[in-house]
Amino acid sequence: MNSMHQGFWDAWELIITFDRDLYEIVFLSLKVTVSAVILASLIALPLGAFLAVFRFKFRRYVIAVLNALMGLPPVVVGLFVYMLLSRAGPLGGFGLLFSPSAMIIAQVIIIVPLIASISHQAIRDLWSEYHDLLISMNATRFQRAKALLWDGKRALLTAILAGFGRAIGEVGAIMIVGGNIEHATRVLTTAIALETGKGNFAFAMGLGLVLITLAILINLLIHIVGKTERASTW
Amino acid sequence: MVIFPLRMHGVTAHFRKKRLVGPIDITIETEGFTIVMGPNGAGKTTLLRLMHGLQRCSGGGVEWAVPQAKAREKQAYVFQSPIMMRRKVIDSIAYPLRLRGLGVSAARAKAQECAGRFGLENLLDSWAPMLSGGEKQKLSLARALVIKPDILFLDEPCANLDGRSTREIEEILLDAQASGTRIIMSTHDIGQARRLAQDVIFMYDGKIHEQTTAEIFFTAPATKEAQAFINGDIVE
Amino acid sequence: MRRLLGTLLATLLIASASSAETLRMAVTTSFYNSGLSEILLPEIKSDLGFDIQLIVVGTGQALRLGEAGDVDAILVHSRAAEDQFISAGYGTHRREIMYNDFVFIGPSGDPAGIRQASSAADALRAIANATAPFISRGDDSGTHIKEQNLWSQSGATVEGDWYRAAGAGMGTTLNVASGMNAYVFSDRASWLNFGNKGTLELLYAGDPSLFNQYAYIPVNPARWPHVQGDMALTLEGWLASEKAAALINGYTINGEHLFTFNATQP
Repeated sequence: MNSMHQGFWDAWELIITFDRDLYEIVFLSLKVTVSAVILASLIALPLGAFLAVFRFKFRRYVIAVLNALMGLPPVVVGLFVYMLLSRAGPLGGFGLLFSPSAMIIAQVIIIVPLIASISHQAIRDLWSEYHDLLISMNATRFQRAKALLWDGKRALLTAILAGFGRAIGEVGAIMIVGGNIEHATRVLTTAIALETGKGNFAFAMGLGLVLITLAILINLLIHIVGKTERASTW
Repeated sequence: MVIFPLRMHGVTAHFRKKRLVGPIDITIETEGFTIVMGPNGAGKTTLLRLMHGLQRCSGGGVEWAVPQAKAREKQAYVFQSPIMMRRKVIDSIAYPLRLRGLGVSAARAKAQECAGRFGLENLLDSWAPMLSGGEKQKLSLARALVIKPDILFLDEPCANLDGRSTREIEEILLDAQASGTRIIMSTHDIGQARRLAQDVIFMYDGKIHEQTTAEIFFTAPATKEAQAFINGDIVE
Repeated sequence: MRRLLGTLLATLLIASASSAETLRMAVTTSFYNSGLSEILLPEIKSDLGFDIQLIVVGTGQALRLGEAGDVDAILVHSRAAEDQFISAGYGTHRREIMYNDFVFIGPSGDPAGIRQASSAADALRAIANATAPFISRGDDSGTHIKEQNLWSQSGATVEGDWYRAAGAGMGTTLNVASGMNAYVFSDRASWLNFGNKGTLELLYAGDPSLFNQYAYIPVNPARWPHVQGDMALTLEGWLASEKAAALINGYTINGEHLFTFNATQP
C-alpha cells in the first residue's frame, strides 16, 4: 500500500512539474492510439454496416471469424506485424519497424475486429428496426449502409471507445514492433512494463494512474461533446 | 412513367409452411381511394406488403406496368406502428428527397414546406422518436407524401390514435387523393371506411371475398361474412 | 476527414525516411537495466553527432533482429551464439568491450547455504541438493544460457518443482524470485538497480566463471544495404576509446563498481 501512495505522489510530481519525458510518452501514447482508432474506425465501421446489410454466401463465417479475432492475443499480432515489417519480411523495404507507424499498424489490426463486431451488432439491431422503411423507400444498399451508420452513431461511438480502450492499454504488440525506444517509441504502457521490470513498482503504478486518468478524460470528453451535439435526445 | 395498372394473379404467400394469403387475383387501376377491410388475420397487411414488394409471394405474380424496383420509386407506404428514424423531424421528412439525390438545403427547404401542411411546423427540430403517437403518424404521412407518390399504401394508420388525430389524418389523405395520389388503406374501423372509401376490398381468411364500390359494399354486401362484419358481429 | 486520412498515410510513409541520423542497436536487458546507457548515450550524441535508439531485448531476440537486418548493431553477452552469428555472415566481426559479473541472489536465510560455496558450480549443487526454489530466466537470453552452462558444469540434476522457468526478462524474473523467496541467477547491474528486493540478498559472487563478457557486433552491411555500416564502425571506435573506458570503469551504483572495460586496440 505504501508503494501505491508513493507511486501516486511520484506521478503527481511529474505531472505538475511538466516533466518533459512524461509528457513526451503521454503525447506519443495519444498520437499512436488516436491514429490507430481513426484508421481502424474507417475500416471497421463500414465493414460492420456491410455485414449487417449485405447478404452473401460466407457472411456467417466472416462474422464468426471477426468475433473470434476479438480475442486475438496482442503478442501474436505484434509478432505478425514484426515479421511483415522486418527488413527480412515482405514489407521490409518501407523501413517502418520500430517506428510509431508500426505501432499504429499493430493496434489497427488488434482493434478492427473489436470495433467491427460491436458496430455490426449495433447496426444489425438498427437494421431490423429500419428494414421495412428503407426497403419501402427504395434505398440502395449503399444508401442503407450510410443511413444506418449515421443514425447509429451513438452505438458506434461506444464501439470506437471500446477500441480506444483496448488500444491505449495494449502493451504486448507495440513492445515488439515499437521496441520501447526512449524518445522514439516509448509509450505509457511500455514504460510501465519497463519500470515493472526494474522493480520500480511505485513509479510503474504512478504511470498506470496517469494512463487510467487519461483514458477517463478522453471518454468524458467524447461523451460531453456527444451530448452537447444533441441536448434533448438519448 | 406510368406504373399502373398493378396486376396480381394467383398470388399466394406463406410463412414457414402456413398459408397467409391467396390465391389472390386483382387489378388496381390509376385512380381511387380503396379501403381494405376484414377481421384481424384476414391478410390485409400481407396484401399491402405484397403489392408494395415488401414481401415476396410464394406463388403467382405481382406485376406493375414497369419493374417493381422502378415502380417503388413512385410508391409510399405508411406502417401501422410508425418507424421513426433517429433524426430530427425535418431531416426525417427530407430523407426520401435526399435518397432521390436532392442536396441537403434543397431537401430541407422542401421538407419544411411539407411539414407546414401537416401541422408539424413547430416540431421541425424535435427528435422524431420522441414525438407522440399522433405526431409520429403525421410525420410518417409527411415523409410518404413529400415525394408526391403515385400510390400510397397505409396499413391501419389510425389504429392507435384518438379521434382528433384520426380526423386530421383523414383530411390529409383526402387532400392527397384530390391532388392525384392513388390510395390503398387497410382499416377495421367501419366508420372510417364509410367516410373515406370509394371502393372496398373485403378480405376473409387470406382471400378477397369482395371487390366493389363502397356504395354497393355498404348497402348490399354479397357474402354473409361481409354482412356480419358490417353489422359489427363477430366474424370467425 | 479525407485530409486527416491523407496526413495519416503520409506519416506512415515518411516515418521511413527519418532513420538517417540514428543508429539502431539491440542491447540486452541486463545492459540497459544497469543504467550505464544513460551515461554513455548523451556522450556519444555530443561526440559523434548521432542518436542511438536502443531496442532492449533478450540476447536471443537481439540476434534475431540482427539476422533480419532490423538493427544496425548489437551489444550482447553470449559467446557461443555470437560466434554462430558471425560465422553465418550476419555480422562482420565481434569486438569485446567490457565485462561485468553474474551473482547468485537468494533469501537472506539462505536455506541451501550457498554463502559458503567454493565455486559457482558448488553453489548450484547446494541449491539442487536442498531442492530450494530457484527461478530461471528461461528465455534463451545471454543470462539464461550462462545459467544453463553453469548447471551442466555442476552436474546437478535440474528437475522438480523447485526449478521454475519464468520465461521473462531479468527484472520480471527478479520480481518473481522476490515474490516466491527463491534463488535466482542475475547480472550484478540488474540486481543493484532492482527496486523490489524484499528479503532477497546477494549470496554468492566472485568466481571467475561468473564473468560476463559484452561484445559489440556490427550487422553485416553486405547482407542488408540499408544498414548503417559506417556509423556502426564509428560507434565501435568510440566504445573502444579511452573516453569510453573512463566512463565505463567509473560507473557505480551505490558506490559499487559494475563494469570493467577490456576492449583491446587493434
